[in-house]
Amino acid sequence: MSALKQEQLERLAVIIENYRGKEGNLIPVLQEAQGIFNYLPEKALSAIGKELRIPLSKIYGVVTFYAQFYLSPRGEHTIKVCRGTACHVKGANEVLLAIENITGLIDGQTSDDLKFTLETVACLGACALAPLMMIDDDYFGQITQEKAKTILGQYGES
Amino acid sequence: MVNMEKVKMQKLKSTEELNAYRKSLNKAKDPNKVRIAICNSTGCNAFGGEGVRAAFEQAVEAQGLKKKVEVLKTGCHGFCERGPIAVILPREIFYQKVAIEDVDEIISSTILKGEIIDRLLYEDPGTGKKVIHEHEVPFYAKQKRMVFKDNNRIDPTRIDHYIERGGYSGLSKMLTSMSPGQVIEEVKKSGLRGRGGGGFPAGLKWDFCRKAEDSPKYLICNADEGDPGAFMDRSLLEGNPHLVLEGMIIAAYAIGSKSGYVYVRTEYPLAVKHIRIAIEQAKEKGFLGDNILGTDFSFHLKIKEGAGAFVCGEETALIASIEGKRGMPRPRPPFPAVSGLWGKPSNINNVETFANISYIILNGGENYAKIGTEKSKGTKIFALTGRINNTGLVEVPMGTTLREVIFGIGGGIPKGRKFKAVQMGGPSGGCIPESLLDTPVDYDAITATGAIMGSGGMVVMDETTCMVDVARFFLKFTQAESCGKCTFCRLGTKRMLEILEGICEGKGKPEDIETLEKLSEFIKDGSLCGLGQTAPNPVLTTLKYFRDEYEAHIIDKHCPAKSCRPLIAFTVIKDLCKGCGLCAKVCPVGAPKGKKKEPFSIDQDICIKCGQCLAKCKFDAIRIHRRAPVTTLI
Repeated sequence: MSALKQEQLERLAVIIENYRGKEGNLIPVLQEAQGIFNYLPEKALSAIGKELRIPLSKIYGVVTFYAQFYLSPRGEHTIKVCRGTACHVKGANEVLLAIENITGLIDGQTSDDLKFTLETVACLGACALAPLMMIDDDYFGQITQEKAKTILGQYGES
Repeated sequence: MVNMEKVKMQKLKSTEELNAYRKSLNKAKDPNKVRIAICNSTGCNAFGGEGVRAAFEQAVEAQGLKKKVEVLKTGCHGFCERGPIAVILPREIFYQKVAIEDVDEIISSTILKGEIIDRLLYEDPGTGKKVIHEHEVPFYAKQKRMVFKDNNRIDPTRIDHYIERGGYSGLSKMLTSMSPGQVIEEVKKSGLRGRGGGGFPAGLKWDFCRKAEDSPKYLICNADEGDPGAFMDRSLLEGNPHLVLEGMIIAAYAIGSKSGYVYVRTEYPLAVKHIRIAIEQAKEKGFLGDNILGTDFSFHLKIKEGAGAFVCGEETALIASIEGKRGMPRPRPPFPAVSGLWGKPSNINNVETFANISYIILNGGENYAKIGTEKSKGTKIFALTGRINNTGLVEVPMGTTLREVIFGIGGGIPKGRKFKAVQMGGPSGGCIPESLLDTPVDYDAITATGAIMGSGGMVVMDETTCMVDVARFFLKFTQAESCGKCTFCRLGTKRMLEILEGICEGKGKPEDIETLEKLSEFIKDGSLCGLGQTAPNPVLTTLKYFRDEYEAHIIDKHCPAKSCRPLIAFTVIKDLCKGCGLCAKVCPVGAPKGKKKEPFSIDQDICIKCGQCLAKCKFDAIRIHRRAPVTTLI
């Protein structure tokens, strides 16, 4: 794992300063910290705990409770396959199977070259487009196994 | 004479100033100007809606039409199935599935010459006729759009659009003529019940919080829309955020709150963006902040982004999450109305509940109560999804039958397949069979079927959907989302899931059904919050209405819907196969084997049953069969 950059730690210090003394600050601090590092490295969590006087055990409890927080580095692109009810009924499982086959990843895994992270989400709230997947901030609706292949190809996965 | 530029920048300090401002906005509006309302919400954007809007803007600019034509970036129109949608106003010409390539033609033919482009019109599948106007499209014609009224007509990032159409007049009416007690009285009279799923009377809830003695009091908007299959709150926040804000400000006045939160899912980036813009604009105009519209009433609002936990839709868990803790529910009482956020009295309502408030204040509780059934008033927005022709968001008066929603508005089931069930209420709800399709949309009538109204997700299932698999699907969800506090919820859902997975794999035992029923009872009784108390509902309703499917899986090792992978096999019909080899080409594991121009066959040992071959075969030569039971030697 590469060492955290000084510049990133400085940005973290600014965020901590912004939230110091504010009620209910832990989750927004973690969200913004993750924005810097793209995951939550132990060193950052220790710094947050020390500065905001929150025990690391409590921080760990919060980080592991919410699906949005990650303790290991993420891929350059995140593929989110929706497994909501509408998507499920319209064949999300088959789409997921195809994506797993193409990327060689299973739900929650990141590729060794840190290019892709594959995850499934409970519902993306765009059920009319089911089955649906998202790559980073882009939505792709009415996905078939073939379409998934083409789309992933555009992101450099073959 | 009001100086427009000056007023634009200033806070509005009284109802008179607001009225004058609205008047000036409407006066400045050219009634002859053509407006192209393009949906730019998450749904249409996934189909390229943003690109279409940009193309319209470029074309209008390039052709020097800016004075005649305005491109309107609106929220969700509801008919997501047909996106991207563009409505040409004031004629209300309804174009669907609009592509960037169509933009120039729309401008040159429809906007400049008034001609209709036939291929972009909606064709009514019932009559085969093309429909020109938005209000004639059956999907819209049969709805009653009260809450959604302005969603497809305004730019949600421009507060003036909301004000122009009467926005914030509920707030100004209240501030000039009503006491907090009167507001609560009106909401009580309206009969409005919580739209988030609980169905608790909103007026009563506000009254509890108002009467709580401690202070300060907090007002919270629950925008943590977590039910898979529901997205009306997202569309409201994206498409008309000020409507929700106005409802919140009115509620804050009624309960005596000076500060509040919008707790919104982080999975909804556009909704977060729009509500953030709306709060800033409302502050600038004097609808939020200190001395609202020049009165001594003040209310401040902040956004809290959730971090991805379904259970945070539960009130006490949501409060814990705002406090920066693990979002775990706690026992009630004390109810949040007495001891909520930071231990202070708090009132939490759902997005859609708040969106109904300004109508009630403007038109009176009694008038609102004229819509709906005896105990369920007003309209309800449903997200119609799954195996249905017209997916999208629909708003109907309470009392409309499920049949009317699914077949009348939703257009029935595609591909000539047969309706099997509609799932309502998400993971807390249940599956309603065809025999109960005449059930009206009404909190109590839906509850009587074993499902719940919930937040309004309606996932339609046809004959190819396996009901045991649906139950397994929901249990997998609740099992994963259980916070782990209550033993029965944490472990009970896990055991139920294991049993259901076994049944779907053909390993079910005859006693499984009874075990599922017993576990359901224990989990319902032994859980603190709604998540656990309702988690068994999808299993109980499918057992009630589709017991035969469970029995087929358990006894005959057969999946009647031909959907459970371990119980099916893909085979090639030799007489129909032309040996084209497409199946072998698409198969990710190389299961179809054979020589070109000779019938292929599928190697069952390596087939992963992904179904790609079936989708690809042009000769209908691949079929799904029930898999011969695997005999195990013991």
